[in-house]
Amino acid sequence: MNIVVCVKYVPDAQGDRAFEADHTTDREAVDGLLSELDEYAVEEALKIVEAGEGEVTVLTMGPEDAATAVKKSLQMGADKGVHVLDDAIAGSDSVATSLILAEAIRKIGDVDLVLTGLASTDGVMSVVPAMLAERLGMPQVTFASELTVEDGSVTIRRDNEAFSETVEASLPAVVSVTDQINEPRYPSFKGIMAAKKKPVETWGLADLGVDVAHVGLGASWTMVTDTQARPPREAGQVVTDEGQGGEALAQFLADRRLA
Amino acid sequence: MASTDIVRRMLPVPRVLPTEEARDLIALVREIADEQLLPQVDEAEAQARFPREIFTMLGHSGLLSLPYAEEFGGGGQPYEVYLQAVEEIARGWMSVAVGVSVHSLTAFPMATSGTREQQEQWLHGMLSGDQLGAYGLSEPQAGSDVASIRTRAVRDGDDYVLTGTKSWISHAGHADYYTVFARTSDDGGRGLSCFHVPAGTEGLTFAEPERKMGLHCDTVGEVIFDGVRLPASHRVGAEGQGMPLALAALDAGRLGIAAAATGLAQRALEVATGYAGEREQFGRPVASNQGLAFLLADMAAAVGSARAAYLHAARLKDAGLPHSQECSIAKLVATDAAMRVTTDAVQVLGGYGYTTDFPVERLMREAKVTQIFEGTNQIQRVVISRHLLS
Repeated sequence: MNIVVCVKYVPDAQGDRAFEADHTTDREAVDGLLSELDEYAVEEALKIVEAGEGEVTVLTMGPEDAATAVKKSLQMGADKGVHVLDDAIAGSDSVATSLILAEAIRKIGDVDLVLTGLASTDGVMSVVPAMLAERLGMPQVTFASELTVEDGSVTIRRDNEAFSETVEASLPAVVSVTDQINEPRYPSFKGIMAAKKKPVETWGLADLGVDVAHVGLGASWTMVTDTQARPPREAGQVVTDEGQGGEALAQFLADRRLA
Repeated sequence: MASTDIVRRMLPVPRVLPTEEARDLIALVREIADEQLLPQVDEAEAQARFPREIFTMLGHSGLLSLPYAEEFGGGGQPYEVYLQAVEEIARGWMSVAVGVSVHSLTAFPMATSGTREQQEQWLHGMLSGDQLGAYGLSEPQAGSDVASIRTRAVRDGDDYVLTGTKSWISHAGHADYYTVFARTSDDGGRGLSCFHVPAGTEGLTFAEPERKMGLHCDTVGEVIFDGVRLPASHRVGAEGQGMPLALAALDAGRLGIAAAATGLAQRALEVATGYAGEREQFGRPVASNQGLAFLLADMAAAVGSARAAYLHAARLKDAGLPHSQECSIAKLVATDAAMRVTTDAVQVLGGYGYTTDFPVERLMREAKVTQIFEGTNQIQRVVISRHLLS
């Protein structure tokens, strides 16, 4: 079972986000890290391989610092990494991103399963897995909260508010996983030491045969035209319990259609 | 007052680390402290709950074996790196950092003087975190005066039979094994030997845990040996060699406490700085008063001095140079700093600092014991002055 996990290097969600003049993310302003939602995909891949056999390859695209996301995945236990690094990538939207990732997965070759997180914690669009599946000609099963691989197929459970679906697809397939699927491990110090010796390949767009005219800010179909900081949180409403506390809380929730 | 924002505040700690893996290691420890230790510490300390699962998690992450050789499954890290990990753990949860330091000590005799067979049988479990250790040196009347130990180990055929009481033992009743020093002859300091005592051995019992001022998650109590029979293969090192083993581990233990005290002080500084920047009186943050800002500056200077002191001693130790005096200086400087910084942190938070709604009163209670255990600060002065005058 050869698994490719797509991971993204994102600004730390705990930090203050900032944007460049063209409304792309200012990556200098905030420390970056492996998107927390992608850790679930890495963990799930490691569990599948540990229970059977095969290899986990982590794939990222992004600036030089994005190698950090690959390194963290290797420290968790992935076998090898691929980093697509090219100045022309900057500003790529999800359509362009899916093109680059699809070509990189083709170049990695012999892939049984492509795993992704639920969404990136910066863009939060959740569309790349579907686009990736379309470009690779693979079935897509998304938002998996449980995943089993057997006899050339993958079966997932997708939880909705009212019901859960069980969906099966033949391999190779693209699967996105939620943050309910597992509890990602911390790297161990042994993992940190081992990661230093694991192979990481760095590819440019030319290595993938991707025309620079199809990627980057200029070629993207969508463009962020404005960003605004969220207004600061307003002071909360304090309910003093004088025997009517429960009612007041219920009324509070009902007024906001939360209950 | 948004107390959660203040207590979550972090201050960057610039560190010189020797390797990339050491930098990644410290980043990992910080991540674990922020995600696993800080969110749990207040409630767990209030309930005095022994966090066994935290030690298991730290063990699986390789954080209980950092200073030990890789051939035993250790991390092969210099003290300079191991201690900075302890500092970061203490910043998150002091009881856990003390436990890590104590556990590290328990493996020391086995790693340095155990036979190959003993190491193969026991050391891996000690270093992986599957087995948690306790260190049985102190007795009711034998604190700083190690040579006055009374617990006896009497040879009986192929066995030893241990009788006596150990006191102030961290992890008493929770540990999987006890590294115990007992008297095998009446020849003073030359009459002590070291033993590996697995939990569950018949005759091993525990008194009620001590009711302490702080560090409530660090369960401390008496361990009673009532005719505990052990095969002679459980003796670690030669008979009569217990004292040098205990003394050799002392320097390392003092450095562990110095590093932990530094992390504790760092945490108090973070909370105080966060509070002083947000708390407004007379229409402006209290930190804009120079009197209070200088208090914070003195706290930062004390934390920096504590860190510098333990790192200097650690680097001497790593280089194989004499370091006993510097270990005592580090223990003295860092724990006195922790006491002062945590006390001042309560002052900075004013009335709120005296309540359990903020962590600084707990940090102050936890700091006090660092001036007492692992050799009182008066004993450290004895060591330092003897070195000066020898």
